[in-house]
Amino acid sequence: MPHKTFFWFFFPSGLAMILFIGLPIFSSFFQSLHIETEQILIEVETCDPFGCEMEVQVDQEATGLLREESPLGRFNGFGTYLDRNHLAFDDLGAGWETKTSIRNFISIVLNLPFYKSLLFTLTFCFSVTPVVVCLGFVVALSVNALAKSIKGPVIFGTILPMIVTPLIGSLVLFWMIDAQGILGATLQKILDDPNLSLKASRNLTWITLIIYGIWHNTPFAFVVFYAALQTVPQEPVEAAIIDGASRFQRVRYIVLPHVYPVATFIALICLMDNFRVFEPIIGFSAEGVAQSLSWMIYKDLRNETLMLFGSAGATSMLTILGVAILLTPVLIRTWKEFRTDR
Amino acid sequence: MQYYLLIEKCAYCALYFRGTIMKKFIYVVLFSLVSTGVFASCNVTNGTINILANEFATLRILMEEAKNCAGPDADFSVTHSVDHQKLQGPALEANPSEFTAKIVTNGSITPLMSADLLRPLDDLVAKYGQNLQKSQLITFDGKIYAVAFMANAQHLWYRESVFNELGIAVPTTYEEVIAAAEKIRASGKMQNPYGGAFKAGWNLSQEFVNMYLGHGGEFFKPGTAEPSINNAKGVAALNVIKKLTELSNPDFLTHDTNATKIEWESGNVAVMNLWGSGAATLLDDEGDQAIKADTRLAPPPTVGGGSNPATTLWWDGLAIAKNTSDENAEASFRALVGAASSTEMANANPNAAVWLIKGYTPGAAAVGVLASAQMGATPYPSIPHMGLLHGALSTEMVEFLQGNESAEKALADVEAAYRAKATEQGFL
Repeated sequence: MPHKTFFWFFFPSGLAMILFIGLPIFSSFFQSLHIETEQILIEVETCDPFGCEMEVQVDQEATGLLREESPLGRFNGFGTYLDRNHLAFDDLGAGWETKTSIRNFISIVLNLPFYKSLLFTLTFCFSVTPVVVCLGFVVALSVNALAKSIKGPVIFGTILPMIVTPLIGSLVLFWMIDAQGILGATLQKILDDPNLSLKASRNLTWITLIIYGIWHNTPFAFVVFYAALQTVPQEPVEAAIIDGASRFQRVRYIVLPHVYPVATFIALICLMDNFRVFEPIIGFSAEGVAQSLSWMIYKDLRNETLMLFGSAGATSMLTILGVAILLTPVLIRTWKEFRTDR
Repeated sequence: MQYYLLIEKCAYCALYFRGTIMKKFIYVVLFSLVSTGVFASCNVTNGTINILANEFATLRILMEEAKNCAGPDADFSVTHSVDHQKLQGPALEANPSEFTAKIVTNGSITPLMSADLLRPLDDLVAKYGQNLQKSQLITFDGKIYAVAFMANAQHLWYRESVFNELGIAVPTTYEEVIAAAEKIRASGKMQNPYGGAFKAGWNLSQEFVNMYLGHGGEFFKPGTAEPSINNAKGVAALNVIKKLTELSNPDFLTHDTNATKIEWESGNVAVMNLWGSGAATLLDDEGDQAIKADTRLAPPPTVGGGSNPATTLWWDGLAIAKNTSDENAEASFRALVGAASSTEMANANPNAAVWLIKGYTPGAAAVGVLASAQMGATPYPSIPHMGLLHGALSTEMVEFLQGNESAEKALADVEAAYRAKATEQGFL
């Protein structure tokens, strides 16, 4: 394709990407470099049904003037990125100085909100993604081997978890694992522990969230693998059958190498998606014990009476950086594969 | 939780429909007797009324009254949302604002005041507020910014038959509450006899606010935004909360107020700390009537030998957006003040809330809130940076409740998290 043709071909989507992805990211970044103007506090008399009292309030006039002068707030550079609720380098340094052992240092690090969230995000990402890729492949192989007449309904049933909205899906599971729900009550009965609660302990909540993640993401891997399986050439498979290869050997030496690039693609998308895990935390009301980076952004914007734009912007930027770091090895690999193909 | 909400909403729907049918019926009867309108007092014909309010039964009653007051020709709409605190800032900051009026509390009014998003109401009160009591007017620096219509507080609820059977006296301190709950558990009647809204987030922090004030604590160094909760009182407060959660349903971190009500109505809980306004749903004709008949309300307990009860006093009131036209402001104010001064509504629903309205005779369910006020409970602080501390509390408290860190460490973490936020917001 000549460069000019390619340019005009790409132009509309490129423009949309700059307008709707590039500019918002830049705006968040710009916002994250600023903090609010100083709030000037005064003591005024406030009266309510319970009596009158002198209370600290924001001086609307003086603060309003400051806000008018600099509507963006004060420039803070990377101050928000480095504060205790984000990268917290100062606290890390102090923790390193005062640590009694490496174990102790790790617990100091994981006590900081950003690293606590990062730990859950990464655990979720790296537990869910490999299982999803393997399970998706197995399901695709099984469905592919079914008789034509029942394939349609089975495929529909298999992709159902993906069709169900994440929030609804997680809510349904949340009620089922309730101490009085069907799964929760059954587990209590089987394990003979009336106090067992999947929602109470950190580890069990994490396991629940991970299982939910696998359940929700597997259909995506299945669909892509299933499509790829349709392109596997029949001749080598038939030749292998004549040579007496078992089913396992056929899958291992013919099918798997053929769908390998697809597996890389699925892993890439899954990693990216799972790094932004958010809905299940809300659906399972798990914010007490499991926080992700996306949840931190949500909390800054929604869980406070005052919105912390700078803080949310900084976490967004760090999330984008995290996705980029996570994807680098996979991208390098894909690039190498394309080069060898040529 | 959403499921419970849904159930409750459906219950409201049923009530609502029954209510409207009944009202239509009464209208027909009345209109056949008298030729003038019943709600002619504030027939609003011009201007838009669009209200944002929290979601609980009492506010639905008030909104119904405001709608009636506004009359059939008014352009009246109301949004009930449990997320009202999160919506209010952006919604009122727009010009013209998304809503013309907001139902506020002493907690949720402060961010609106700090951002200068509320309209002073002195002129409107002078014009339309003849039936208001002076105590209903919320003033900041001499100017009226809101009109309160009800008071609310968390207080003790207990099951009389369970207490009688085990020979437990009504607790007046949290130490007695814990002893009572332990006794009920030991008797084998209930596994988790204590109920409270401990959901990670706003609710859990509120429990700390209650206990800390009960111990006589101060949240900030006087006159500044510097936090001062990492002290013996804070530690004591956290320890009481931990004891209570150990006597609660193990899922306590996912139980908000509505879930706690469901636990009560299921008969799983014999003693709890809940809002007085909960009476509107717990003492209605829905649900298990045996439990309802057995439900008793008691004053809020004190804690740690303190004299003030471990609870906060709240008012709910109406406020008008600054970024809306005078016409809309006037229309909204007239309709809402009509409801906020309606003695008939207050006396027709005496148990739905403790109304601050003139001529209101408190119902049996008002005892908890009235006792809170008489015992000198502290009002929830209307301080602009209180919301940031409230937000910081919840996330850092969970680790302590799960036994992963000490109370002192948790409180130090709360202060550190608060400091970072307050710096970003320009308070420090």
